[in-house]
Amino acid sequence: MINMPRKSGKRSESISYLEERLKALEDKLPLPLIEELREKVKGIPLSKDEVDKIVNYILQEYEKSIVEPGEAVGTVAAQSIGEPSTQMTLRTFHYAGVREFNITLGLPRFIEIVDARRTPSTPMMVIYLDEEHRYSRKKAEEVARRIQYVTIENVAKSINEDLSSLSIIIELDPELLKDKGLTVDHVIKALQRLKGETIVEGNRIIFSSPDITDFNKLRKIRERITSLKLKGIRGIKRVVIRKEGDEYVLKTEGSNLAAVLNVDGVDPTRTITNDIHEIAEVLGIEAARQAIINEMQSVLEDQGLDVDIRHLMLVADIMTHTGRVRQIGRHGVSGEKESVLARAAFEVTVKQIIDASIHGSVDELKGVAENVIIGSNPVPIGSGLVKLLMGFTPPKKEVETQHGGSS
Amino acid sequence: MLTPEHITKRIGAIEFGVLDPETIRKMSVTAVITADTYDEDGMPIRSGLMDRRLGTIEPGVRCETCGNLIDSCPGHFGHIELARPVIHVGFVKIIHQLLRATCRSCGRLLLPQDEIEKYKARMKRYRERWKALSLKLANMILKKAMDVEECPHCHATQYKIKLEKPTTFYEEREEGYIRLTPSEIRARLERISDEDLELIGINPKTARPEWFVLTVLPVPPVCVRPSITLESGVRSEDDLTHKLVDIIRINERLRENIEAGAPQPIIEDLWELLQYHVTTYFDNEVPGIPPAKHRSGRPLRTLAQRLKGKEGRFRGSLSGKRVDFSARTVISPDPYLSINEVGVPIEIAKRLTVPEKVTEFNIEEMRRLVLNGPFEYPGANYIIRPDGKRIDLRYPKDRKAIADALKPGYIVERHLRDGDIVLFNRQPSLHRMSMMAHKVRVLPYKTFRLNLLVCPPYNADFDGDEMNLHVPQSEEARAEARILMLVQEQIISPRYGAPIIGALHDYITAAFLLTMKSTLLTKDKIVQLLMAGDYRGELPEPAILHPVKLWTGKQVISVFLPKDFNYTQEASVCLKCNKCTPAKCPVDAFVVIRNGILLSGVIDKATIGVEKMGTILHKIVREYGTDFARRFLDSCGRVFLAFLDMHGFTMGLDNLDIPKEAIEEIIKIHKEAEKQVSKLIDDFNKGKLEAEPGMTLEETLEAKIREVLDSARNRAGEIASRYLGIANEVIVMTLTGARGNILNVTQMCACLGQQYLRGERIHRGYTERSLPHFRKRDLGVKARGYVSSSFKKGLTPTEFFFHAMTGREGLVDTAVRTSQSGYMQRRLINALQDIHVEYDGTVRTAEGSIVQFKYGEDGVDPAKSYHGKPVDLDYILSKVLGDKYAAKIWKKK
Repeated sequence: MINMPRKSGKRSESISYLEERLKALEDKLPLPLIEELREKVKGIPLSKDEVDKIVNYILQEYEKSIVEPGEAVGTVAAQSIGEPSTQMTLRTFHYAGVREFNITLGLPRFIEIVDARRTPSTPMMVIYLDEEHRYSRKKAEEVARRIQYVTIENVAKSINEDLSSLSIIIELDPELLKDKGLTVDHVIKALQRLKGETIVEGNRIIFSSPDITDFNKLRKIRERITSLKLKGIRGIKRVVIRKEGDEYVLKTEGSNLAAVLNVDGVDPTRTITNDIHEIAEVLGIEAARQAIINEMQSVLEDQGLDVDIRHLMLVADIMTHTGRVRQIGRHGVSGEKESVLARAAFEVTVKQIIDASIHGSVDELKGVAENVIIGSNPVPIGSGLVKLLMGFTPPKKEVETQHGGSS
Repeated sequence: MLTPEHITKRIGAIEFGVLDPETIRKMSVTAVITADTYDEDGMPIRSGLMDRRLGTIEPGVRCETCGNLIDSCPGHFGHIELARPVIHVGFVKIIHQLLRATCRSCGRLLLPQDEIEKYKARMKRYRERWKALSLKLANMILKKAMDVEECPHCHATQYKIKLEKPTTFYEEREEGYIRLTPSEIRARLERISDEDLELIGINPKTARPEWFVLTVLPVPPVCVRPSITLESGVRSEDDLTHKLVDIIRINERLRENIEAGAPQPIIEDLWELLQYHVTTYFDNEVPGIPPAKHRSGRPLRTLAQRLKGKEGRFRGSLSGKRVDFSARTVISPDPYLSINEVGVPIEIAKRLTVPEKVTEFNIEEMRRLVLNGPFEYPGANYIIRPDGKRIDLRYPKDRKAIADALKPGYIVERHLRDGDIVLFNRQPSLHRMSMMAHKVRVLPYKTFRLNLLVCPPYNADFDGDEMNLHVPQSEEARAEARILMLVQEQIISPRYGAPIIGALHDYITAAFLLTMKSTLLTKDKIVQLLMAGDYRGELPEPAILHPVKLWTGKQVISVFLPKDFNYTQEASVCLKCNKCTPAKCPVDAFVVIRNGILLSGVIDKATIGVEKMGTILHKIVREYGTDFARRFLDSCGRVFLAFLDMHGFTMGLDNLDIPKEAIEEIIKIHKEAEKQVSKLIDDFNKGKLEAEPGMTLEETLEAKIREVLDSARNRAGEIASRYLGIANEVIVMTLTGARGNILNVTQMCACLGQQYLRGERIHRGYTERSLPHFRKRDLGVKARGYVSSSFKKGLTPTEFFFHAMTGREGLVDTAVRTSQSGYMQRRLINALQDIHVEYDGTVRTAEGSIVQFKYGEDGVDPAKSYHGKPVDLDYILSKVLGDKYAAKIWKKK
């Protein structure tokens, strides 16, 4: 509909000029912005003048959008996350994509994340596969078998106590065995880890042991046999194969990142878990920070709530900047504040004061809460951060008056 | 009032410590020995708990210690000499640890000397640089020393020390458990050397451990525990006073018994009783002992209880304070106010005041205000003379004289008037937009009035909501309010970088109706509309000249747009038909603005709606500033409403009428669905249903039924809305995004659909059935909460009940959720409140440790961003490149 001039010579020249200008700006503008610009002007012939105009305009706009010193970004982040949380659902829902798993979502999951609980209430992994296993269902199943935790219980039709001979009779299910890629020998091998003898009659295994002296012992041994590991990775209760795009992906109930990353066929660069502490241990604190951001973002997105990622980053950073994952609350961030008064104003007031008196703590009154308590005016944040006072003599008129942001 | 000029000292830091007995005695003005308060004449008993030397609480009576009156006497401590030492409950844990970690005979820390030296050096290093680490080390040393069984210094055997909660200690010797008296404990603690103490994190200068065992008890001043006189004239004492009475009484008894040489068991009993009273005096919620009760049976509120919890000193009185110059009343809407304004009832304006300094420029006006006095608006309530004396204008008869005496330098506390800046707030204050600055408009009647466009940030409606108003009293506060907190400065929410102030509900409907292609306005109408929008320019050229001059609705909008404004956007009414023909869009969904003229497209939620990004308003705020945006909002808001007044818009029951065929179609859908479900149930019963991977048979059945029923409802809804037609008001509202959605329409005129309880079909209630109207184990559609009636048709009794069940679930859910999310937000705020951006661009905590090197990795403030992005590239590119860029976007589509 609109005529586009097609002069290739001029075009390449302008593109190189654009590149030249963008290169110079790489430490001035955020990289994603530069990338976006490149993407957006691709294929559009630009004159030098237009490039200058665009770049200058962007620079000017970017400078306008920079945070001002003193801005209470912490409070803003807390509000921006707290305010929409009133609109979150309480219930756990079926996970989109894998209907089989119940995944904690919404407010409870969000609280779980900021609480930095040791283990999530529904641990879950998404396991990506390497180039070799990624494209065929068969190959993916192979990896899945290696990962899924299988106990004798999972392959047995029945496990019974024989009270007369004080032995345990295991009836194996050949189909289940086949499905898991196991044979009777595997089971026998596993049983050898227990003290005792095994007699095999086809799919039936009779286990007896000198340790079994009475019915109670028998029952205990039975329990042990039931949960005896045959193969797989501890903690992975279930594995489901899903197709995502053109590749197969494993989703698991239960999580054990360290072990899964070692499994053949797993792509260790993309595989993730929703257990933040596990990530911190296995992949390090930076990864944990990113995991916190991702988890929070997925909860919010799932609820259709729009929260700027910078707020989530700040929360993740305050939780991890000491090098370990800290909870948002009295056993973490709030409890480790320097100020006695700030801690006392939060929770467990009396204990904080008594401990402070024992240690002879000094409150330097640097934070917000302390200054509110002693009634100082202004509180040292935002416009109260400014410590400079203007002199009595009026400043001489500058030749060049700088226009721009207030300080 | 304390103004900055009066402040001569600032608190630099606060050190915490334990009072030693000597200090307690030194700061005491009297020993308190009488367990009584007042004598028969109502006079305070000397050296009793209400001794006049402890401060004064009665107005007009001077304090015997400092000679000041009630408002300037700070109160003075007394003391009680305890006949026997008692343990302070708060320190029980540390006493226990100290007893275990130090030698019972020589008092040294139970670690070898070389180790002590080693730790000492380490501790010194830590204390200089890493405070938190030194505490950890102290803890570790303490733990280590507690396990030692023989003193490395004097080789005395250490016994286990057992603590019987709350305050009794036993030593586990060979001969059995031996009770340690507080005196013995105190003696042991005294033996611990200062140097050893420092190693275990105790600062001996501020807290010698023997001070944890009390020999003297400070008595707080009377103003800490004022007695109140009831209407009946009966005096009622404070809980603390009651507790102190108990302590003194037992203490005196103990002393008498000791002096009289009473037998040991009696003394010990009394000693223990004293311990109990002192314990409950500090904390009346100590586990293991019964709380001390008031005569009425109510537990006493003693020291710990005063500090603790939401209403305690810290959270209730120090972190949150009561304020003057505030008002609260019901709110109601007023679309004729600016979004920056708030309507204040005249009665409130007469009580809220602004201090204004008299100058030679305003003296005449101030005189007039003073003359009017406090009861006539506009007037003044007080005058503050330069010497600080305050004159109440309510009483003097001759205000004329006072007004004449007014000189520059006086301060007049005048009534609130138009244009004053105030803070306006609605609870719960979940984000910063819950408290914004407005300009006052004094109005008749008794409610606060606000523009409807500011409802979303406050989350306010007018079903009885009340709001608070505060009047800043200092010039600094007013300046900050005006520059930072004014409504127009808060249009963009920092949560997602898009406007949170904007059109809602009827505004959107009106905008849509006004900008529809078919809307043509005669001259009188457009003039009327432009006047409502406060337009002062030329009337635009009419779009149709003959036979009558007619203007389009789009022209009205164009008038208020900036003259160089370019904008392209898809409206919400877009049918998503995927064959976009901008010029011939059936619903005119393609909004194009060129040079401030709305060329095509209807204005609806996507273009002026609230909480949407990329709306006209959003671009205007960014490009033309908040001032322009405010004027745009004010004008458009009034224009829209004016148009809606002209046009008329209503919805009634007949809007939901659907033809017979439609009803039949819906019935058919229901029948089909029911058939499908009964087939599924049949398969399930016969065992023909196959379980899906990872699910039980029952779960599979439920999932399948759910699918069938949900699709049935959706299809029913589709049919209904198809028959309703685009001109229907209900459909207009849902399509434009003004209110409601397709689901609401479905529920009103097709069917409510399946009711879910905890995410499942309703199956509980009675044994094996949801309601007694059904057979047991009936898995059928009706028996498990499927509602096939619509709101319009009305529900059957069982349907009604099912619907009520889900309704209740929703209510319970909200109630639980608010408390949970409230607590989460409190914790977040507490953890993050000190974090701020420093001048070097880093993000730091109060202590100065760096959390981020650059805020949000790019240093961009979300409140100044374009939906999180630093720059609105599309806008810039199309502005610079014009149609060259537009062409590219088009090609993509």
